[in-house]
Parts: sequence; C-alpha cells; structure tokens
Amino acid sequence: MIALIFKRLVATAFVMAFVAFFVFGLLHLAPGDPAAVIAGDIATKEDIDRIRAALGLDLPFHTQFLNWLGAIMQGNLGTSIFSGRPVSQLIMQRIEPTLALSTTTILLSVVVAIPLGIVAAWRAGSWIDRTMMGFAVLGFSVPVFVFAYLLIMVFAVQLKLVPVMGYVSPFKDLGGFLRAIALPTVALGVTYVALIARITRASMIEAINQDYIRTAHAKGLGIVPILFRHALRNASVPIVTTVGIGIALLIGGVVVTESVFAIPGLGRLTADAILRRDYPIVQGVILIFSAIYVLINLAIDIIYILVDPRIRY
Amino acid sequence: MAVETSVPSADGPGWVARIGRAMRWLRRHPTVLAGLTILLLVTLMALFAPLFTIYDPQHLDPLNRLKPPSAMHWFGTDQLGRDVFARTVYGSRVSLTVGFTVAAFACIVGLAIGLVSGFVRVLDPVVMRIMDGLMAIPAILLAIAIVGITRSSIWAVVVAVTIPEVPRVVRLVRSIVLTLREQLFVDAAVSLGAKLPRILFVHIMPNTMAPLIVQATYVCASAIIIEAILSFLGAGTPPAIPSWGNMMAEGRTYVLVGWWLLLFPGLFLSLVVLAVNLLGDGLRETLDPRLRRSTSNE
Repeated sequence: MIALIFKRLVATAFVMAFVAFFVFGLLHLAPGDPAAVIAGDIATKEDIDRIRAALGLDLPFHTQFLNWLGAIMQGNLGTSIFSGRPVSQLIMQRIEPTLALSTTTILLSVVVAIPLGIVAAWRAGSWIDRTMMGFAVLGFSVPVFVFAYLLIMVFAVQLKLVPVMGYVSPFKDLGGFLRAIALPTVALGVTYVALIARITRASMIEAINQDYIRTAHAKGLGIVPILFRHALRNASVPIVTTVGIGIALLIGGVVVTESVFAIPGLGRLTADAILRRDYPIVQGVILIFSAIYVLINLAIDIIYILVDPRIRY
Repeated sequence: MAVETSVPSADGPGWVARIGRAMRWLRRHPTVLAGLTILLLVTLMALFAPLFTIYDPQHLDPLNRLKPPSAMHWFGTDQLGRDVFARTVYGSRVSLTVGFTVAAFACIVGLAIGLVSGFVRVLDPVVMRIMDGLMAIPAILLAIAIVGITRSSIWAVVVAVTIPEVPRVVRLVRSIVLTLREQLFVDAAVSLGAKLPRILFVHIMPNTMAPLIVQATYVCASAIIIEAILSFLGAGTPPAIPSWGNMMAEGRTYVLVGWWLLLFPGLFLSLVVLAVNLLGDGLRETLDPRLRRSTSNE
C-alpha cells in the first residue's frame, strides 16, 4: 500500500515537472521581448540590455528554467509585466471568488447529478431514463457561455430575480452572495451535472446487475437501502474519479463564466492577462490550476487506495 | 476493453444492399438521423453560404444599427448594422472547419502515438507521462496559452485546440493496442516473420478504427466548443472573420437591448454540437459491443 502511494506520488511529481517545463517553454517562445516592454518606448538598446541582464533573460534556456523553477519552489511566480506587481499577490487577491464559485458548483452538481443518475439507472430504458439522458446530451452540447446568457436573459433581464452580473463576498453579505452566485453556479454546473449523471448511471447499471444486489432483493431489503447502501457504494469509484477528472472541465468553465458574469476571480485575471499578453500571469495561473487539478486527483486516488481493498494498481 | 469489428469481406453485400442496411439502421436510431440531418444542412449552409442570404456579412449599414429581427433582417442587425443572419450563416464555416480538421488531426496524431506507445515498451512510460502532463493542463487554458504565442488566425486556433485533444485519443488507442498485442493473431503474425510496421498497420490498426471514429465525433464536438470559447474570450478567430464565438463576444455588451445578437449564434452553436454528440452516441451504441449488450436487446 505504501509502495502504491509512493508510486502515485512519483508519477504526480513527473506530471507537474512536465507541466512546469511545458508552460515555461511555451511562453518562452512567445513573441515580444519582455525587457523591451518594461523599458518602454524611449529606451536605448543599452537600457534594454541592462534590464534583460537584470531579469536574467540573457542566460541560456536551461539556466533560466532552473532559476524560474527554484523561484516557484519558494512561492515566487514572477512579476506581472503590466502592473509590475508580484503574480502570487495578484493570484491571492483574486482566488476567493473562484474558490467560492467552484465550491458552489461542485456541491450543486453532485447533489443534483448523483440522484438523477441513480434514478436513471434504476429505471434504465424507461422514459425517465431516456429523458434524463437526453438532457445530459443537451448539457454537453450547450457551451457554458451560451447557457449563461440564456439564464441572464430569462432570470436577470426578464424576471429580474437576480443581478445580471457582479460578485459579492460571502463574508460581507451572504444573501447578496447567494443571489449573485446563483446564475454562474447553474451555468457552470450544467456540463458537470451531465458528466456526473452519465457516469453515475453507467456504473450504477453495472452494480445493479451484480449477484449481491439480487441477494439483497431476495432477503427483502427495500429499494432505497439497496440502491444507496449496496449499489452506490460499489459504484462509487468511477463516480468519484469522474468528479475529480471533471475538475479540469470546471476550471476551463470558470474562466468563461467569470468573464460572462464579470466576477473578479482568477478566470478574469487570466482573460485580461491574455489580452494584454501579460505572460507571467498566464504562466502562474496555468501552473496553479494544473497543480490544483493534479493534487485533487492524487488525493482521490490515495483515498481510494486507503479505503478500497479491491484497488491494486 | 476487447474490441472486435466485423470487417466487410470482398464478396459481401454490394453497395445497394449496404445503403439499404444503413437506411434501416438510421430508421431505428431517430436521434442519429436528426443529428445527421442537422449536420448536413449546416454543412450545405457553410459550403454555399452566398446562396442562403442576400446580405454580405461584412456590409456595414449605419442607419440600421441594432434592429430587432424583421422580414428584412431575419435575425436582426448588430451594432454596426450588419445582418446577423448572414453572419450566422458564414459563421458556420469557422465552426465546421475547426471541428472537422481538429477531429482529423487529433485522431491521426493520436493514432500514431498510441500505436507506437502501445507496442514499443521502452517508449510507453515516457509517452504516457507526457500525455498525463498535457491532460493536467485544462484544455481551454492550454489552448489559450498556445494561441497567445502565435499570430491570431484560424490555423493557430486549429493547432491550439488539437494539442489538448491528442492525449485522450492516445490513451484510447493505447488501451486497445495493449489488449490486442496479447491476441493470438498478433502472435501468429509475429511468428510468420511480420515486421513491426506491418503488424501495426495491417493487424492492429484496423481494430482501432471503430472506437476511434466514435472518439472523433467527441473530439469534433469539444473542438467546436473550445473554438467558440476562445473566440468569445477574444483569443480565437480574428474579428475580421465572423464566427459564432466572436459574434457573441461582440454582442455581449448589448445583452440588455439586443438579445438577438447572442441568441442566434448561441442557438446554432449549440445545435451543431448537439448534432455531433447525437451522431457520436448513436455510433458508440452500435460500434461498442459492450454497450450494445447493456442498453438494448435488438
């Protein structure tokens, strides 16, 4: 078991190293000379050279990469070209709305999708099942920003139930937070609900066809304990794994959703940084998001190694 | 996952019989028929865009700005007086081009890497770690980063969307190859002295085709969505070319006064992705023997 966990940790370290190398390499190739940008329009060639040397940009690629990696290890993600402030500070300022939105979305999606998937599996082939799976396909097909604008037009513009856009911190005004976060959560959650409902259905159908479910039926157990205690517990590995993998989808969606609803989170920070070609921010955000994704999935794997004796990678 | 497909033999049914069989299959799968019909219509729209509208999608008409849908302008006009219907029709070109080319590129590249990775033991761990690393970067951010370093053009978008899609194809192909390489017919080919390329291309590759075609439809759907998102964020298709994503990006400022600017491109975008997904689900149901057993008893 320890060996297994160790193997996963090593694999994760490799993945993160590759991500770091890839992100660094990609933005190293980016057009435009950061030294020239910082120096401004009236700088002489000597000025630019001096800034380049000060930033270590005249060093060979591998030295620059190792320096950069070393700085990251110490929590230094570099400096924004545009605002001149540390990237880590900018990220910390913007992380709360993103975490809040992701949390409400994951909670809502799991609470909605798993019961839907269970019912669809229980009544597989029926009209309930077909309707739900029809909606799941629709959920996959409507891009998050299209659905977001549909919601805005109906619930914010026509019915005036919630604000069109904006964000309120839950620590300042919980009611305002819930009103502001409602539409973004639903918009962002749809694809995720579709994903989780489908995998729940598929793995529940597999579990329901097992002998121990027939035994549970035979000994007179009610349908609720059979579905939730016997079937769901055995079907849970693929479901939780999908919830973890789906976080990649969620992160991509966050960037778009924040842009639509003018939420001042990491997504907005990224979108603005791209338009301004502020590469250190883009680098930092991609690294942070990828690290979150990788670590969550590592945690899920390790928890399963610990609690599920069937897993032997 | 063991995958076996029936390869039609040379003396099998002729073309007429084969088309008849396809038609009967479609009749039993109305959702696939619906998906195919939508795709066909939109493809025709993209190919023969000038026949569908009398307006030039770039023609400015300052006197008719932000007009709601009418008999003159079916989908209304935008903030510069351009006809939204014309722009929606021409916008289909971007979505379909990106969807189809990314699906083709991702499958070809993924197939090649997956075949080699599955068969050449030494390369496998390295390749798979790289694929894990690529998959760890959320697709949209990866695409944004790639577009960011290139000049904004449709082809930059195609490359940027293809790279995040490749790892999933590689994993699929590799998993099939790993089960196939243990099969008797591969042993037989090896013992008859077949070389590696022959084994890969003649014996292994045909068996990956069915699941790969299904995967291609999902890649296509995902590519269309990512292109739209990139364009919506202003990092995709250049503004000079009308695409559903950048139409919505331009229309978002007018969400309170010009719902038609957002609704129609959004509707077409969703319809096309839905059509591709319906096609993919139908194909998967038929081509994946594991699913066929559990879902229907035809």
